[in-house]
Amino acid sequence: MADTIRPKKEKAAVEESLFTSGHRACAGCGEALGAKLVMDAAGPDTIVATSTGCLEVFSTPYPESAWRMPWIHSLFENSSAVASGVEVALKALGRKGNTKIIAQGGDGGTADIGIGCLSGMLERGHEILYVCYDNEAYMNTGVQRSGLTPFDAHTTTSPSGKISFGNQRPKKTLLDIAAAHNIPYAATASVAYPADLQRKVKKALATPGPTFIHLHVPCPLGWGYKAELTLEIARIAIDTGLFPLVEIEWGKVTRVRKITKDKKPVEEYLKPQSRFRHLFASEDGKKELAKIQAIADANIAKYGLV
Amino acid sequence: MTETNNRKLLQGNQATALGALAAGCRFFAGYPITPSTEIAETMALELPKVGGRFIQMEDEIASISAIIGASVAGAKSMTATSGPGFSLMQEGLGYAYMAEVPCVTVNVMRGGPSTGLPTKVAQADVMQAKWGTHGDYFPIVLCPSSVKDCFDITVKAFNLAEKYRNPVIVLSDEVIGHMREIVVLPDPSTLQLIERKKPNVPPEWYKHFQITADFTSPMASFGQGYRFHLTGLTHDERGFPTSNSETIAAKLDKLKLKIERHVDDIVECRQYQCEDANIVLFAYGSVARAARQAVIESRKKRLRVGLFQPVTLWPFPEEQLRRMTQKAKLVIVAELNQGQMIGDVRRVCKDKIRVIGLNRYDGELITPEQILNLIKEDH
Repeated sequence: MADTIRPKKEKAAVEESLFTSGHRACAGCGEALGAKLVMDAAGPDTIVATSTGCLEVFSTPYPESAWRMPWIHSLFENSSAVASGVEVALKALGRKGNTKIIAQGGDGGTADIGIGCLSGMLERGHEILYVCYDNEAYMNTGVQRSGLTPFDAHTTTSPSGKISFGNQRPKKTLLDIAAAHNIPYAATASVAYPADLQRKVKKALATPGPTFIHLHVPCPLGWGYKAELTLEIARIAIDTGLFPLVEIEWGKVTRVRKITKDKKPVEEYLKPQSRFRHLFASEDGKKELAKIQAIADANIAKYGLV
Repeated sequence: MTETNNRKLLQGNQATALGALAAGCRFFAGYPITPSTEIAETMALELPKVGGRFIQMEDEIASISAIIGASVAGAKSMTATSGPGFSLMQEGLGYAYMAEVPCVTVNVMRGGPSTGLPTKVAQADVMQAKWGTHGDYFPIVLCPSSVKDCFDITVKAFNLAEKYRNPVIVLSDEVIGHMREIVVLPDPSTLQLIERKKPNVPPEWYKHFQITADFTSPMASFGQGYRFHLTGLTHDERGFPTSNSETIAAKLDKLKLKIERHVDDIVECRQYQCEDANIVLFAYGSVARAARQAVIESRKKRLRVGLFQPVTLWPFPEEQLRRMTQKAKLVIVAELNQGQMIGDVRRVCKDKIRVIGLNRYDGELITPEQILNLIKEDH
């Protein structure tokens, strides 16, 4: 009789991530790790729109996809607009239910070409989480600077040399820009702290309205450090104050990760990375190091990190 | 400088950048996109050395806008992109046609539509280069087929932009942009460079869009004491928006005639063994290389095959094509798209000559063998 048939006991399989292995990211890729953590925190009932960039390219080599949820590649600038359409249509069709929607892109796709669409998404109040995977340059096209490339970093379009120390502008304050839309939740996160990142993703998705996470994802190739150092580099970025971990709700800072005990000088962060090598090659480089320390100190003071 | 000093192993994209610098380009605004990024990277390195400026913009809409601004300020300026970015630039290009702003836009073509094939070759933006933005306008579009061409044609692009106060588009492609060849670059001092006509009247008489005998108006730059009004709205000779039908028609005629009356000056074509050819290959860009080889192979077999290669794609080289196909019974239009230039070739050849297409749009090049097989089939 049918109701007596019991399903065979299967061997306990290793629980597979919603962002599966086998994709083509470089060894030590912070972005791949970030995507895995974000997706697993979001859960299977999630629709994802991803901008053009490394993440899109390495996760979808023909004929395979690493995404075990509904997933769409948008253009470079408009994952937030595509996600807006998805969200409104699901609501109009009465099928939204508890389905979560994530729009995501890299630092260029978010802070440069995509900032108009992102601003529109935040302003219109869609129930979407936007995740910016920040590896601090256009890595997919071979390391060109973006609005989130840090001060003095060498890239192919901000080359360091006799007349320049590399990127001459400080990193755009992306978290403040998102939070300035007076959205319910905006946070920075890092792959250095997976539990903290996943808590933030869950919190953002449980919060009604548009939410935003700026996720720091080191890139061994573009930053020029050994692949096994990704988590360490990510951690030192936080411990120097160069990438503060902050949560902002309705425009007010509600939580920060203190670095009182762990505080490190910026040199410890910069030295292992070849994109900052030129700063250690001359006397003038020392002056630049002082400027970068000033950026870190300003972050520490702004958010009361120590 | 001796020739050997100028012998260089260069990539097409590098040669494009060096051509721009030699032509006097001192401002570049761009945004990374495969397969054009090396142009921006080369400009980022080289422009500061000659007192120029490179700025990376937040997208291609901003890139085309920045070079318009720089040109109006008086600098020869350029941007470079590929299909998706070229699509975003169309609005800005329309403005530049209307406001008659000289500037150069390089599109290193890749497969489309949309994100398409970032690392693979195509020639499918030929019609977009002609019709991409709205309204009536008359683009000048040039197409290189070698690394040396990338240098020379970029110089020519700047000259034509300055001479006719018009945007000029260089349609390179992924193969031409990324291949490397040994080239001998000319000494920059030997290049003939054209600068935009400057006003020679007192500021109070100056009209930014004056209708002249050759339809190209002298152009003052910002900050030189000449007042002028610049707008994308249809305007009169002083630049002010108008709804007067005569003035509107005069403006649009001016845009047309400044190109149409000078087609012979603008158009450059190459022909190879076309004089007696009863089969003429029509090919441009990377495909022209395979077509030339096909002509060489065909001639060994005593087949009367020739190559017609437009360097200027737009305005279309009608007269030149007509002359080079006088003995032709068949024209084969070989292009890396589903058939774009073939329409204009048919229009010129009318019913007198059979025109067939050889099209490839799978990201690979047309080979000489493919062309030879088609010739064989037809015999």
